[in-house]
Amino acid sequence: MSDELRGRTAIVGVGETDYSRASGRTELMLSLQAIQAALDDAGLKPSDVDGLMKWSVDTSAEADIAANLGINELSFFGEINQAGNVGAALVAHAAAAIRSGIAEVIVIYRGVNGRSGRRYGRGDVTGRQGRGAAQFTEPFGVLVPQHGLAMMTQRRMYETGVTSLQFAATAVAIRQHANRNPRATFYETPLTIEDHQNSRFIVEPLHLFDCCLETDGGGALVLTSAERARSVKKPPAYIRAATQTGYVRDREYIDVAAKATGPRLFKMAGMLPSDVDVVQIYDHFCPFVIFALEDYGFVKRGEGGPFVEAGGISWDGGSLPVNTSGGHLSEAYLQGMNQLIEGVRQARGESTSQVKDVEVSFVDTGVGTGAVLLTREP
Amino acid sequence: MASLPLPVPDEDSAPFWEYCRNGELRAQRCTACGRLRYPPRPTCPQCGSTAIEWQKLSGRGKVYTYAVSHQAVHPALEGRIPFTTLVVELEEGIRMTSNLAEGSPAIEIGTPLEVVFEPVSDEITLPRFKVAGA
Repeated sequence: MSDELRGRTAIVGVGETDYSRASGRTELMLSLQAIQAALDDAGLKPSDVDGLMKWSVDTSAEADIAANLGINELSFFGEINQAGNVGAALVAHAAAAIRSGIAEVIVIYRGVNGRSGRRYGRGDVTGRQGRGAAQFTEPFGVLVPQHGLAMMTQRRMYETGVTSLQFAATAVAIRQHANRNPRATFYETPLTIEDHQNSRFIVEPLHLFDCCLETDGGGALVLTSAERARSVKKPPAYIRAATQTGYVRDREYIDVAAKATGPRLFKMAGMLPSDVDVVQIYDHFCPFVIFALEDYGFVKRGEGGPFVEAGGISWDGGSLPVNTSGGHLSEAYLQGMNQLIEGVRQARGESTSQVKDVEVSFVDTGVGTGAVLLTREP
Repeated sequence: MASLPLPVPDEDSAPFWEYCRNGELRAQRCTACGRLRYPPRPTCPQCGSTAIEWQKLSGRGKVYTYAVSHQAVHPALEGRIPFTTLVVELEEGIRMTSNLAEGSPAIEIGTPLEVVFEPVSDEITLPRFKVAGA
């Protein structure tokens, strides 16, 4: 595993739009507003940008972004396929492009009407009409992410003894972080264990409050070299390591991809899970926060539930605060983008639930399909 | 009434669906190394061989996992909620995603299951599962 990336690139700007259920504007507009916010944050201009990257599932093409920002020459652009879970992979590709000299300033962006437009949790949106691998799932009513992930959760409850009460503790801890974050959908809106347990089942064993939000909004990141990062407006978050992991169909059923990504990420960084000060995890569903903590190696398998129940992931007194902006459950569902933004804010000391003396900030953007380690020093 | 998406058979899967239509559950077995695989695909993930035979399966197994949908996220699920999806671990060792046949008693992990063939169109018959002996 190469150490070529270590600290040689950085995220120097982050930005987002407001998060809502009905943005009242196009996904292109949301993208442009987020990009402008991220460039302002970095103190850079559109003319500084020579690279653009996007999620394949998004609708705003780089050509449209460039035309609106007045970028005449793009030396690098690209997108990554799979689903919403490719945020870290985009960071890895952009960092590699900057490190190799293909581009100097790359913006990773998205703008989605995930509530008022295409809703991920609806079968008619994510469906593949019974084609390819979907011919063995969709005809049986396994249509959307929650259907498959609920079955995985059930099996893991059986094998490790993790409980719905521990999922509730996860939801409550993350909600408390959102309560402190004015940008969050659930700012100043508390949640209790009882609220979680009394909420209706969506797909049993998943209750309503195990499930993430659906959000309209945009977000953007500005990346550049460590050299150039020294002259931007704010402290950079240096990219220590960035990885992606593709789906593996024959993987053992209850393992999340973190089991493959974790060792690779930490080896690339020359670090251990115990070096991490603060964690962001792709919390599309509560149980997967626990599964990710276990499979990345922050705690042993079977110990994630008790760890959360004992307050381990709370900003207020926990040993490893998780999803300090409120995550997908309570801030916004920008599929990894808001986790990346918050990971940068933690490395810079700007979070609304700032962890003290952060040296290493960890961001997962797909329960193992990709992760990034950010550091305060290069 | 709206239907769930029907399988679109392709070159690799067409025999599987044809066997189902005739009331047989079969899976690809690699004739080079003997490994059974599902879903169908052109190459053995263990040895790389493309040589196969379609082995007849018992249709019996146990619940490996399951979940119960309480929200109709597709028009075809209206009126069919709660709807139980499952992964069955067949006696032969492979796992298959399916759903609980209508009228079957409830299940938990480990419940013995047997296959039920349910025609959903002229071309397609789906292998669903019910509690064995029920």
